[in-house]
Amino acid sequence: MSLTHYLVLAAILFTIGAVGVLVRRNAIVVFMCVELMLNSVNLTLVTFARANGTVDGQIMAFFVMVVAAAEVVVGLAIIMSIYRTRRSASVDDANLLKY
Amino acid sequence: MDTVPAEGLIAASWLLIALPLAGAAVLLLGGRRTDRWGHLLGTATVAAAFVLGLSCTLALDGRQVDVDLFTFVATGSLDVQAGLLFDPLSAVFVLLITGVGALIHVYSIGYMAHDPRRRRFFAYLNLFVAAMLLLVLGDNFVALYVGWEGVGLASYLLIAFWHERPSAATAAKKAFIMNRVGDVGLALAIFLMFAQLGTVSYEGVFGSIEAVAGGTVTAIGLLLLLGACGKSGQFPLQAWLPDAMEGPTPVSALIHAATMVTAGVYLIARSAPIYDQTPTARAVVLAVGAITLMIGAIVGCAQDDIKKVLAYSTVSQIGYMFLAVGLGPAGYVAGLAHLLTHGFFKAGLFLGAGSVMHAMNDSVDMRRFGGLASRMKTTFVTFGLGYLALIGFPFLSGFYTKDAIIEAAFDRGDGWGYVLGGLAILAAGLTAFYMTRLMLMTFFGRPRWEDGVHPHESPTVMTAPMIVLSVGSVLAGFLLVVVFPLEEWLSPVFGEPEGAEHVVAPILVSILVTLVMLLGAAAAWLVVGRREVPVVAPARVSPVVRAARRALYADTVNESLFMRPGQWLTRALVFVDNRGVDGAVNGLAATLGGSSSRLGRTQTGFVRSYALGMLGGAVIVAGALLAVTAG
Amino acid sequence: MTDFPFLLAMIAVPAVGAAVVAALPRGRELLAKQVTLGITLVVFLLAVLATIAFDAGGDRFQLTTSVSWIPDFGVDFALGVDGIALVMLLLVGVLVPVVVVASWRDTPPGNRSMTTFCAWLLLLEAMMVGVFAATDVFLFYVFFEAMLVPMYFLIGSFGGPRRQYAAVKFFLYSLVGGLIMLAAVIGLYVVSSSELGEGTFAFDALRQIEIDPGVQKLLFLGFFIAFAIKAPLVPFHTWLPDSGAEAPIGGSVLLVGVLDKVGTFGFIRYCLPLFPDASRDLAPLVLVLAVAGILYAALLAMGQSDMKRLVSYTSIAHFGFIALGIFAFTTEAATGAVLYMVNHGIATGLLFLVVGMLIARGGSRQIGDYGGMATQAPLLAGVFLVAGLASLALPGTNSFVSEFLVLIGSFPTVPVYAILATVGIILAALYVLLMYQRTMHGPARGVLLTDDGTAAPGGSTATAGSTTTGGATASGGGPATGGSTATLTAPAPGRLRVRDLGRRELAVAAPMVALIIALGFYPQPLIDLIEPAVAATMEDVGADPGGVEPATTEGTD
Repeated sequence: MSLTHYLVLAAILFTIGAVGVLVRRNAIVVFMCVELMLNSVNLTLVTFARANGTVDGQIMAFFVMVVAAAEVVVGLAIIMSIYRTRRSASVDDANLLKY
Repeated sequence: MDTVPAEGLIAASWLLIALPLAGAAVLLLGGRRTDRWGHLLGTATVAAAFVLGLSCTLALDGRQVDVDLFTFVATGSLDVQAGLLFDPLSAVFVLLITGVGALIHVYSIGYMAHDPRRRRFFAYLNLFVAAMLLLVLGDNFVALYVGWEGVGLASYLLIAFWHERPSAATAAKKAFIMNRVGDVGLALAIFLMFAQLGTVSYEGVFGSIEAVAGGTVTAIGLLLLLGACGKSGQFPLQAWLPDAMEGPTPVSALIHAATMVTAGVYLIARSAPIYDQTPTARAVVLAVGAITLMIGAIVGCAQDDIKKVLAYSTVSQIGYMFLAVGLGPAGYVAGLAHLLTHGFFKAGLFLGAGSVMHAMNDSVDMRRFGGLASRMKTTFVTFGLGYLALIGFPFLSGFYTKDAIIEAAFDRGDGWGYVLGGLAILAAGLTAFYMTRLMLMTFFGRPRWEDGVHPHESPTVMTAPMIVLSVGSVLAGFLLVVVFPLEEWLSPVFGEPEGAEHVVAPILVSILVTLVMLLGAAAAWLVVGRREVPVVAPARVSPVVRAARRALYADTVNESLFMRPGQWLTRALVFVDNRGVDGAVNGLAATLGGSSSRLGRTQTGFVRSYALGMLGGAVIVAGALLAVTAG
Repeated sequence: MTDFPFLLAMIAVPAVGAAVVAALPRGRELLAKQVTLGITLVVFLLAVLATIAFDAGGDRFQLTTSVSWIPDFGVDFALGVDGIALVMLLLVGVLVPVVVVASWRDTPPGNRSMTTFCAWLLLLEAMMVGVFAATDVFLFYVFFEAMLVPMYFLIGSFGGPRRQYAAVKFFLYSLVGGLIMLAAVIGLYVVSSSELGEGTFAFDALRQIEIDPGVQKLLFLGFFIAFAIKAPLVPFHTWLPDSGAEAPIGGSVLLVGVLDKVGTFGFIRYCLPLFPDASRDLAPLVLVLAVAGILYAALLAMGQSDMKRLVSYTSIAHFGFIALGIFAFTTEAATGAVLYMVNHGIATGLLFLVVGMLIARGGSRQIGDYGGMATQAPLLAGVFLVAGLASLALPGTNSFVSEFLVLIGSFPTVPVYAILATVGIILAALYVLLMYQRTMHGPARGVLLTDDGTAAPGGSTATAGSTTTGGATASGGGPATGGSTATLTAPAPGRLRVRDLGRRELAVAAPMVALIIALGFYPQPLIDLIEPAVAATMEDVGADPGGVEPATTEGTD
């Protein structure tokens, strides 16, 4: 398995995540897609760390995981409260923050 | 011009100005506390100034004395010293101003006795006397300018003395504005002198005016003339003077007949060294004098308001003086002599008119007078003497001084001399006409009084000054021409009199003038003396009379040429400023605000569109990076 | 004595005072006003002492204090005055206490408190002193901008009905100018660092560097636009009528009397010495704006129906005279212009104050709501007239001296502009006397008319009085039946419900009237203070500091 395979996989995962964020309406799915993107980046970081023989990328990946964990907590809480007040988890229904 | 520094009494001549100024200050600042004795103080300061002026004049001895006071303004190369020049010319004016001024102050004690604001009246009169004295005593053009506008202010305050009447307030404003038009001329003349010569003192300017280019001197002369026209009510700025009669009658006598309005003549006589260099400007002075002379005389014939007749008479008589000083060295003394005698008889006539108005419940309509000769003997006699002096009855004041001007006009020798002399004689006839008409309508004939009018003679405090002035009207001409010739007195200023070559024999001129005068008087008798005067002015009259009644349309011209376009322009500019200039600014603000809120529309609130924006941005950044590293 | 840091004290005392007054409890308005008056009097005293300590013939900048402030950029907290700045400080010292007394009885709109007003006023005074006393361009800029804040609140919190609009307009206009100036200030720093090796903002150092003409023009314009907005010159003027009209009277006095002078002060202090070549090259542009302003604003003043707007427009015309005097490049004219700044502050200040007294009585700013005041309020009318006459530069009032100097000094170098400006004095007479006649003369009418006076034909005379001008009433050829005149004992039919000036108002007006008359007859002491600084400036800009050379040399006789 060469470096390229890992990177291609990461790119595919990232693209799936980005498209998901753009086209899906359900907030939970959008959220999962964001996670997918984060993890694709993690994969890239780890790949490069392995290739370079350093641990910098792995440390960075841990950082991302911690941040992602925090984000999941806050993000899910927001989605939950929106769902409770609006009876919907669609991102299109929550567009009050505008001009 | 050779001046000597002041010493002795003349060094104190600044008191001449300070006394009335202090009087004005005390009366204005003292408030009601000074009501009881204010008029006495006001009169006393002017009387004291007269005594001081007389003493100074006696001590003068033909010198030109310079009194240096303090540095007024000195910066760069400009150095304006506050200083006085006491010379024979200013001495003559000082005596006229304080002498006639004191008499009119006395008269005003009676005339204004029932006015609750008498104190303020005296304060303004004192202010006027101080400013007028500064005007004639200053030793540089700036001091003259300060006095010049100072008398304008006093005139404004006094014309508007009864400011409850809109007509008085308007007349005062009109006088001030038209004077300011003239003042612009005077100011520009001063600027030009400074630009050319670096000085504004009489001594400096007159000493080196010969070095200035001819065209520039002419410009200075014409600008000075503009100033003189404004102050003296000469064409084309004559329209304010008759309106100024809205002021109390003593004001008309002092300011708008005897003193302030002759300031223009003083200015031109004082600036003789300038006019000596510029025949062009002098010719314009002549023309202005001649035109005004005729305008005043013609309009005076058709007025029914006793004060307006006298006002137009003043306009016309000052025209004589301008004509005289426009003639140059030959005419200066004649013009000034006429100025002095005119000061006496015109002041006397105005005081007489005031006395008549006093008796007639302040009516000024001569058509409602008549038959007053028997009711007001003193007024009639004093007024009559003034009248005879004005029309130039032989051996009274006007006879001497007016004839001298007409002779001087003929002495020019050229065709213009005959034209000017002829006009002056014609105006003498018209003068006789309108004054005789005034006399007949006022003092003779059947009484045409309004109901409830009971004419009575005025109190002594008013008649006494009238008597003094009428004596002056009778004797002044004889004294100034024959006994103490003004010509010799003023020779330090204008040079020694030369025995002029007379083109037309003086005796012939005198006879001619007297004949024309009698003709004018007879005509007046034919028009108003022989038959009943209608109480209401006849409406069906010739166009000439209609034009004369409307002052030859001077106001109409001013209104249609300046006032209405000015009002229109002002309104238009206000519109432009509010909608145009301010509109542009507010429009810019509105555009910014509008586009900002339109840009805000792109913030839809949809997470997807924001995400797309971020993605797009990231792609662009990545693309740019790739392009840079690859390229 | 001369070592005492007068200028620092003059900034610190009111600034600290502002903090103290702001900290006073809400109910103690009287105490706040008393403290404010005391502090402003102290500042006035300091200004007088500084003048005594100042040696007119000495160094260009005196009473200097300098502390390093931002050493990285060569910015110093440097204070110092020349004659020009000193007379402005005197003006500030005189006007602020007068304003405090004049505002004593003001009731701010809403439930705002006079304590706040006083605090802002004191802060404003500190800023005004700073802006005139700064000798570091950056420091000047800081004060120039900081000055806006207290003025913004004075207009926006304590002004008339449209105060918000006016305050925002004032702020935005000034800010735009200020930002353009900031760019020019930075540009100046860059130029100085390339010329001198290290950048500086010190006025004296900047004055001596030679700047490339093209760059000079740009920098000049940067400063000029800021000052032209501040002064203001046409066409940057439209904020002033709004602010002048909506600000509380005390604010209007300081706005027009002092704040706007920063613009003309900037012309002579910064534009001329720093950019002499550009000043000379672009002078025609400035002169056109100046003379256009004189005539245009005077005509506009005539067309105003709101007294405060009218006075604001007269000020725009007067600023035209000042700009004319500065850009004529003669010592006489520039001295006149600086003197004009002082005199205009006093004359227009008094005019605003007396208009304020009138408004306090009638509650309206409209000229048409008043009439015939002179009969029953002679003192008010008298003070109004003195202020008006000073505004139209009648000889004997202070403004005459300055206007005369500006005109006579500019005539030799720029005659056409001087002649046009001289015509402006006719217009000045018109707008002042029109307003005076409409409010003070004529029969009693307007908002102050009592009920029993309604028998008088108030409406008809009102229109007659305001439309009759010039010779409209003079064309009488028919029988003139005279008025009820010589023995006028009965008052006019209508009576006004008005009281004359009270003691406090007299205390406000008296010193101003005294200054108007005194400086009208004896202006030389002020001129002696101003002239050396002006002559030095003229030297900077390459004009003969000795004044105008006569065009015609002395005659051969």
